[in-house]
Amino acid sequence: MKYSIFSLARAALSGHKNWQRTWRDASPKDHYDVVIIGGGGHGLATAWFLASEFGIRNVAVLEKGWIGSGNAGRNTTIIRSNYGLPGNTGFYELSMKLWERMEQDLNYNSMVSQRGVLNLYHSDAQRDAYARRGNTMRINGIDAELLDQAALKKLLPFLNFDHARFPVQGGLLQRRGGTARHDAVVWGYAHAASELGVDIIQNCEVTGFVRDGNGKVTGVETSRGKIGAGKVGMAVAGSSSRVAAMAGLRLPIESHVLQAFVSEAIKPLIPGVMTFGAGHFYVSQSDKGGLVFGGDIDGYNSYAQRGNLPVMEDVCEGGMALIPMIGRVRLLRQWGGIMDMSMDGSPIIDKTPVDGLYLNAGWCYGGFKATPGSGFVFAHLLARDESHKEAALFRLDRFQRGAMIDEKGQGAQPNLH
Amino acid sequence: MRIVCPFCGERELGEFSYLGDAKPVRPAADAGEEAVYEYVYLRDNVAGVMSENWYHGGGCRSWLKVTRNTLTHEISAVEAAAGAGARQVAK
Repeated sequence: MKYSIFSLARAALSGHKNWQRTWRDASPKDHYDVVIIGGGGHGLATAWFLASEFGIRNVAVLEKGWIGSGNAGRNTTIIRSNYGLPGNTGFYELSMKLWERMEQDLNYNSMVSQRGVLNLYHSDAQRDAYARRGNTMRINGIDAELLDQAALKKLLPFLNFDHARFPVQGGLLQRRGGTARHDAVVWGYAHAASELGVDIIQNCEVTGFVRDGNGKVTGVETSRGKIGAGKVGMAVAGSSSRVAAMAGLRLPIESHVLQAFVSEAIKPLIPGVMTFGAGHFYVSQSDKGGLVFGGDIDGYNSYAQRGNLPVMEDVCEGGMALIPMIGRVRLLRQWGGIMDMSMDGSPIIDKTPVDGLYLNAGWCYGGFKATPGSGFVFAHLLARDESHKEAALFRLDRFQRGAMIDEKGQGAQPNLH
Repeated sequence: MRIVCPFCGERELGEFSYLGDAKPVRPAADAGEEAVYEYVYLRDNVAGVMSENWYHGGGCRSWLKVTRNTLTHEISAVEAAAGAGARQVAK
């Protein structure tokens, strides 16, 4: 099915009764060249890039629930590439460029909206750090603008510029950043991958790995039977340690719960995405009008997909400190997703010590924005057996070598970005 | 989640801070790089019942050993564990 203004008009004029399924819900075959575990954004993007860029179309994506039922459906939909460290800068910009052409590539409306991402600063030292990050971005060909308080007062007059402790002094703006419709991203990749012959297999939980005499992974055991595979790629952030443990691996990852929140719908108020620089609070406004916001992880190991009140309180206090008037808006919904918190805050996209098993994990808070880039470089790794140059530093052994990518400049704890 | 502190009774989560899995033990000074790497970076990341170190900073300032299920957040035991945090991170 090819979507266009004409297909939309035809469907509208026939009462929307003739829409076809946009992707095939497949049953497993005996063997695939590549099996991807995890039918979220990253797994489906990987399958699509394998088929479209690397010519490998005998591919299956295995999902234990329904596609997009994990973190792809639980994030706050922000896309950006405002990173400062080698390893991150190029990778997230690659991802940003893929966001910009995603709808044409996939023939699917993923509602990419480049409405800007603004990081606010509240002190002279923070201004200097943001100026430096902006310069790093521009040197790498990424857009960044440092705005002062006067510019912000025009743009966002409702901010708490006179806060006694954390006055808003300015911000670093990436205009190309913004938001995208999370479930349309999942369905867009499923649609385009399915068109190229990729099998998307739902309700198919991996329960073990099939290994040959040399220990090489040659397939997976699943709740829908054994499936042979030339190579197996894991894209199961949140559950990476559990799946890797079936292959005898121990990862530098802890699973933590991160909460997100939506308010009741209000008229257009917040033009882009903004982050509070003195606490952990970030917010954007959805197309339906709800304020979508979040903050820190809860801080204890969890696989429960729900959080607790102390972090809700902390996030709402951050919101009140930045935009006092949102105290009059009622909270509508709140939920939690399980993050792969890696020990330096950066992802891992690498071969594992187990032959035939490839790892895409450790996305911490930031997996959604990485979706297209992650799919592209993981497909590159699976197809060519070598890292893409923009993912060459996301190695599994970097902790052993002391080559961490530690964007916040802090030590080894799994509560970084 | 509420934790029943053996000294203070049932208190809300915000009073406590989390150190993590109580199992890792800091290796001896001469244990070698591999042992230190495993201690600092690798995790069992238990999905199920885990024994953890928590600190009651908003109450009696005691270290506690909490047995908690990471799949459900259900707490089955809380014991006093004086010095547990310091023991885990320092020699």
